[in-house]
Amino acid sequence: MQMPRPDATVLADKARIVAALRAVLPVDAVIDDKTATRAYECDGLAAYRCTPMAVVLPRTTAEVSAVLKLCHAMRVPVVPRGSGTSLAGGAMPTADCVVLGVSRMNAVLETDYENRLIRVQSGRTNLSVTGAVEADGWFYAPDPSSQLACAIAGNIAMNSGGAHCLKYGVTTNNLLGVTMVLMDGSVVTVGGGYLDAGGIDLLGVICGSEGQLGVVTEATLRILPKPEGARPILLGFDANVVAGACVADIIKAGILPVAIEFMDGPCIRVCEDFAKAGYPDCEALLIVEVEGSAVEIDEQLVRIKGIAARHNPVAMRESGSEEESKRIWLGRKSAFSAIGRVADYMCLDGTIPVSALPFVLERISAMTADYGLRVANVFHAGDGNMHPLIMFDANKPGDLEKCEALGADILRLCVDVGGCLTGEHGVGVEKRDLMGVQFSPDDLEAQMRVKDVFDPGWLLNAAKVFPLDVTAGRRAG
Amino acid sequence: MRPVSEAEVAECLRDAQGAVCIRGGGTRGFSVAGEVLETSGLAGVRLYEPGALTLVVGAGTAVAEVDAVLSAEGQRLAFEVPDLRGVLGRTGASTIGGVVAANASGPRRIQAGGARDNLLGVRFVDGRGTVLQNGGRVMKNVTGYDLVKLLAGSWGTLGILTEVSLKVQAVPEAEATVVVQGGAEVLTRALGSPYDVSGAGWDGRALVRVEGMAGSVAYRAQALRGMLGGEVVTGAASAAIWAGIRDVAALQGLQGALWRISVKPTDGPKLLAGLGMNHKALLDWGGGLVWLVVDDAGDAEAGVIRGLVAAMGGHATLMKGPAHVPVFMPEAAGVAALTRALRNKFDPRGILNTGIMA
Repeated sequence: MQMPRPDATVLADKARIVAALRAVLPVDAVIDDKTATRAYECDGLAAYRCTPMAVVLPRTTAEVSAVLKLCHAMRVPVVPRGSGTSLAGGAMPTADCVVLGVSRMNAVLETDYENRLIRVQSGRTNLSVTGAVEADGWFYAPDPSSQLACAIAGNIAMNSGGAHCLKYGVTTNNLLGVTMVLMDGSVVTVGGGYLDAGGIDLLGVICGSEGQLGVVTEATLRILPKPEGARPILLGFDANVVAGACVADIIKAGILPVAIEFMDGPCIRVCEDFAKAGYPDCEALLIVEVEGSAVEIDEQLVRIKGIAARHNPVAMRESGSEEESKRIWLGRKSAFSAIGRVADYMCLDGTIPVSALPFVLERISAMTADYGLRVANVFHAGDGNMHPLIMFDANKPGDLEKCEALGADILRLCVDVGGCLTGEHGVGVEKRDLMGVQFSPDDLEAQMRVKDVFDPGWLLNAAKVFPLDVTAGRRAG
Repeated sequence: MRPVSEAEVAECLRDAQGAVCIRGGGTRGFSVAGEVLETSGLAGVRLYEPGALTLVVGAGTAVAEVDAVLSAEGQRLAFEVPDLRGVLGRTGASTIGGVVAANASGPRRIQAGGARDNLLGVRFVDGRGTVLQNGGRVMKNVTGYDLVKLLAGSWGTLGILTEVSLKVQAVPEAEATVVVQGGAEVLTRALGSPYDVSGAGWDGRALVRVEGMAGSVAYRAQALRGMLGGEVVTGAASAAIWAGIRDVAALQGLQGALWRISVKPTDGPKLLAGLGMNHKALLDWGGGLVWLVVDDAGDAEAGVIRGLVAAMGGHATLMKGPAHVPVFMPEAAGVAALTRALRNKFDPRGILNTGIMA
């Protein structure tokens, strides 16, 4: 992983920069000690690490503004950080940067059930947004797997999805407004409790801009009343292609489950071995979850079982209790840790048209064999967002490089069949150098011009998203 | 100008000597200066995969054609495209590109999202005459910046859409509407229920819609009736109610200026109560979308309306009214500066639909 050469002037100026930060922030909000800053050296993409020059942990929008104004004036790169759970290296520091963590900004500012919204500080974790309203029967819909830890700030930066976004949409569809601090320290409010922009939809481009346009400090989010109930059904098939066809038929029939999750044979076996969820030993497994009252759930599941039956399932198990539902989800939810137990792995995130599912799974399997590696597939089948987990041995020389090369090949395949490089994890540093596969130089230029508007000096998270050679003339460092 | 390909659109813009007025179906309620560029030559279905719920069409394709193609497969656009020709006093046939450029969304906005939320990808030509693409045709895509959302609702000021990729949905087997003689507070209660309401409008009566499988719709309609009172209307009669809300039928044929106002749902009724002038109104989106007809003399009450809306948070667009009143509400200074700078990046010569959204 190539990162820009740290700015020697900034590094040499560290003492003065830290002193200036201390002058505008409370004493406990600035970390520059070598050991303490190491805690911020990486995010969820732990293969790449770099200790930042300093870390700041402000508590208010005004403090964030003061930090950015100062860094702007002193031309210091800034890397914003939510909870540091990015799987794409979105919060990975550079050696000459100040990491701006929003984790101390976690308050609920306003709850308004009549208008179905909640306003929170952006460091609040995803699950604790729901936590603030669930006693009253409400929830916040986007549910990335890391929801216990990940911050709303990071969700907005990456436009995070989750298993249930088939029905409820991803972050951008549930975000009503933000307060954001620009790199020069100015504070803008975009959107609010109302729907849609009155002018150009800035909120739409802020969401998913990977912390490159500004630091979001507050967010107004859509909350919804909880459905009366939910129930999963587990469907087993003897081939990926059959399960893929079943998914397409369910969707085409107009049934909108809240989730359709897919696991292939290798994944099923590793998960079962780990979680003992009682999964059948078969080649493809679907977990389909529907919501509503008991009557409504029955109605949908009868329809789904009818469709599944036409595809000769080898297993069909409808949950009969809360306990059973948990067990059905257990294997799926522990998939990443189960794979992690048997091998090092790299998790991909490409999205493909649902119709291309059987073809792509077959190609992935063949390509993986060619590289002499193993792969397990677990993903959100309803929307074509794949998560191939490529297994490798970090201690074996050359294995990581092989894995990275295979990963790149798989992502190119996703683009070739009409899909994209990343469905919910973001580009970060991980997929930065593949952007040319999906976009022309003109397309990238148009996107970079948007950053030019918000951060003309390219100080904010500037080494991410776009290939380094493409941004060389723009970046500060 | 009537280009018949994306390359020709690019050529038209590269060669343009002055302002260009982009024209889809010609159903816009206000006029834009400049040489007209018609998009009708960019029509046609490029790709339709019912099993993947995706449709890719040329931006100049008539909405009626899109509807016909989808309905042949039992599908539809989830965001319920409004037909505003009646209320705007326009003829012509709306194009899908125009709908996207206006981010025009009907009652189902509160449940299925707006045009912006159902737009998966765009191809467009910017003011420099450069062909660009963003997004794609898959449901989940966070690759690079989301210029798709930026283009939706940009009214042609950032580029000319040539192709749009949309998420579609199956037409549900049933729908029902609970009709309650009451105020908009009924809508708030309905939207706070677990019954997955897909329409919450007010036209003198409070109207609450549910859609889905037959048994589920019957169950939820009865549950809502138990909660709110009123009566249940089903099938074609229910559909007719929502076509009326969607197309603002109750305000058709009235003399005066037409405002489209977006505020917090509970602010909609407050706004109407605070107007202090003669008006006719219709509420959608649980009270969050206010359609308003007022006298079109003077500034068509822009000062009063925009003053109230600015204080509440929201925006008021003059869909039809006196030409000297700005169509779009001025934005706060910080947002306005960003918007201006963005427009300048995409259209440095300032030729695309100039004079609007300033």
